[in-house]
Amino acid sequence: MANTKRRGLVKAAGGVTAAHLGGLAGIFAPGSAPAYGQTKTVHWLKWNDFVPASDQLLRREMLPAAEKALGMKINLETVNGNDLQPRVTAAIQAGAGPDLIMAFNNQTHLYSNSVVDLSALAEDLGKKEDGLYKYARAICSDGKMFMSMPWAVIGGMIAYRKSWFDEVGATSFPKTWDEYRKVGKLLKAKGRPIGQTLGHTFGDAPGFTYPYMWSWGGKEVEADGKTVVINSKETVESVKFMTAFWKEAHDEGGLAWDDTNNNRAFLSQTISATLNGASIYIETLRKADQYKTDKGGPMNKDILHAPLPAGPAGQYGFHLLQSHMLMKYSKNQDAAKEFLKWIHTESNYERWFISQKGFATPCTAKWEKHKVWDEDPVMTPFKVAAKLGQAVGHAGPPNGKAAEVLSKYIVTDMYAKAAQGMPAEDAVKWAEGELKKVYV
Amino acid sequence: MAVTTTAGTGGVRPRPRIRRFEDERWLAYALLAPTAVLLALFIAYPFVKGVLLSLTSSRVGVEGEFVGLKNFIKVFNDGIFREAMWNTFWYTGVTTVFKLALGLWLALLLNRNFKGKAYLRAAILLPFIIPTVLSTFAWKWMFDPTFSVINWALFKVGLIEQRINWLGDPDLAMASIMIVNIWRGVPFFAISLLAGLQTISPELQEAAAIDGARPLQRFWYVTWPLLLPVTMVVVLFSVIQTFADFQLVYVMTGGGPANATHLFATYAYQLGIGTGLLSEGAAVSLAVFPFLFLIVVVQLLYIRRVETR
Repeated sequence: MANTKRRGLVKAAGGVTAAHLGGLAGIFAPGSAPAYGQTKTVHWLKWNDFVPASDQLLRREMLPAAEKALGMKINLETVNGNDLQPRVTAAIQAGAGPDLIMAFNNQTHLYSNSVVDLSALAEDLGKKEDGLYKYARAICSDGKMFMSMPWAVIGGMIAYRKSWFDEVGATSFPKTWDEYRKVGKLLKAKGRPIGQTLGHTFGDAPGFTYPYMWSWGGKEVEADGKTVVINSKETVESVKFMTAFWKEAHDEGGLAWDDTNNNRAFLSQTISATLNGASIYIETLRKADQYKTDKGGPMNKDILHAPLPAGPAGQYGFHLLQSHMLMKYSKNQDAAKEFLKWIHTESNYERWFISQKGFATPCTAKWEKHKVWDEDPVMTPFKVAAKLGQAVGHAGPPNGKAAEVLSKYIVTDMYAKAAQGMPAEDAVKWAEGELKKVYV
Repeated sequence: MAVTTTAGTGGVRPRPRIRRFEDERWLAYALLAPTAVLLALFIAYPFVKGVLLSLTSSRVGVEGEFVGLKNFIKVFNDGIFREAMWNTFWYTGVTTVFKLALGLWLALLLNRNFKGKAYLRAAILLPFIIPTVLSTFAWKWMFDPTFSVINWALFKVGLIEQRINWLGDPDLAMASIMIVNIWRGVPFFAISLLAGLQTISPELQEAAAIDGARPLQRFWYVTWPLLLPVTMVVVLFSVIQTFADFQLVYVMTGGGPANATHLFATYAYQLGIGTGLLSEGAAVSLAVFPFLFLIVVVQLLYIRRVETR
């Protein structure tokens, strides 16, 4: 060994390799990569599901089954929902990264130049499953192409404590904002306010402020997608109402909440109602022994869901739509499409859908008839979330401009500023100024 | 021996390339080259790239065209940007004053001789050692509008009757992020100033004491002038870091409520990443540059003047 030189070692190693594999020449001779390099790998990036059981199902059962059926490797990566956009930006700019990336709301319109057209797959799914909802079509398609494959809608409904509402005389959930304000006032007087975020957070804040504004007749732009009309009598009225509603009925800490605060506040019995996905209820089902009411009963028996109340202009909902973008830079586009087709096959998608227990509402009409919605009446209101949802940018299209307004929290901040004490007219004027800079 | 060497090279003269490195000037360039390459790659390239980006209409996935200063004009007419600018100056100014005052006080205390000095000095560094995101999450919990342990403690000792809305009130939210920044920044000041204090000869203090100088006079006329160059450097670094602060605000408030805590960095992130407007995000980031450059130049000139006195 003392006499072994570097060159000799390399030579010897080459000899051993050659003996086993026919050497480097042996590998390159057929003109193709070695067998292990031929396996297609699809890298799928999605959020950490609020229903952890669904991610477990994917990892433990569904993805191994997909790998077997499709002869490919599927690398699932899950991150916090807030971290998806930085990953998308980095991947697009670098021209490399995950093949499939989950998008929220109309973010798809921001990345339309960097994604593969999935029209064929989406239209095919719509045909097979009684049609895609208008909401999903507006979010995922720009009219020319499907920029992403609709996956599911996380419905936003008000979760509320039935017994506490009963105690203040509200035996059914308030139908209008006026009624809700009156009930909220009574609840807050008992130390059980309504909990709502008006902070900079992607889910619950815009999920509340947009439909609230629409229900009063307010809107950011006309249908032309250019004329800013937020500074209207209707919007000003909505802001004035909110200012009083906030003080009288809400937990004022909500100005700083993120999407997790209301879950914690509700589960610790600090608030009586909050706009949320069904995650609060599902958590109480999962840990029935842990979450008890003030009277000692299981909390899950005391939770109901209801849509946001109606305003003078009607009743609206804005629900978080999730879709998957197939990135243009991907070298595995065919494999990724195969995988999308596989996971959207009814029997496969159904397994995932059932594991969500109603937290996610599919984007096609067929699933409205699924037995999941009958198994637990508490979850039934979520059945129509995808059908009734309206996209941001209303009355204009949910395009990149609308996505910019959403990302800058302009509508949410308009209400937050008023809740902090800014006169309603000034808050609306501020929003108008900001919107005009976007919709130039 | 000399014969052996000649024989070894076969009488052939060394090649010119090797002789070139015998020249100290060439050797200096060769030794500096790796550093220069690293600086070019990791400092100059991102900076130039940022400048170029800010002069185009780039969006995520769209290269864009040259638009000159249009992005800067748009940004300076943007109300949220102006709010972020004011916030950034206010945040940096207030926190720097507090960090300097508290850091100096701590440094003077730690410069004394007492039992367990080494342990305490190490403990002081804790806020600086813990990753910012982790410690900020802990602070976020402490300032939580509903479950704040600070509120709980104040309530228990009878100082408050109602919850303080730490992160929901615009002024309190700013005060809260300032408190966290100060908590995190004080160790840097304390340890750096302590290092500066230890370079000051005790004999000077003793001589001043013998001359009848009181402690405050000894500090003001002996310690402070000698500590000033270090202080200026520490302040310079702190100002740069605080101006560009991101993690702390992003975790605690996301720039809210209603943009009350947006700083340059968080707003640049919101524009560049949240809305895909890369060039506008770059313009917001670069808007910091002239201010920082001015601060750096003024401080460096001052340091030079102090040192050459």
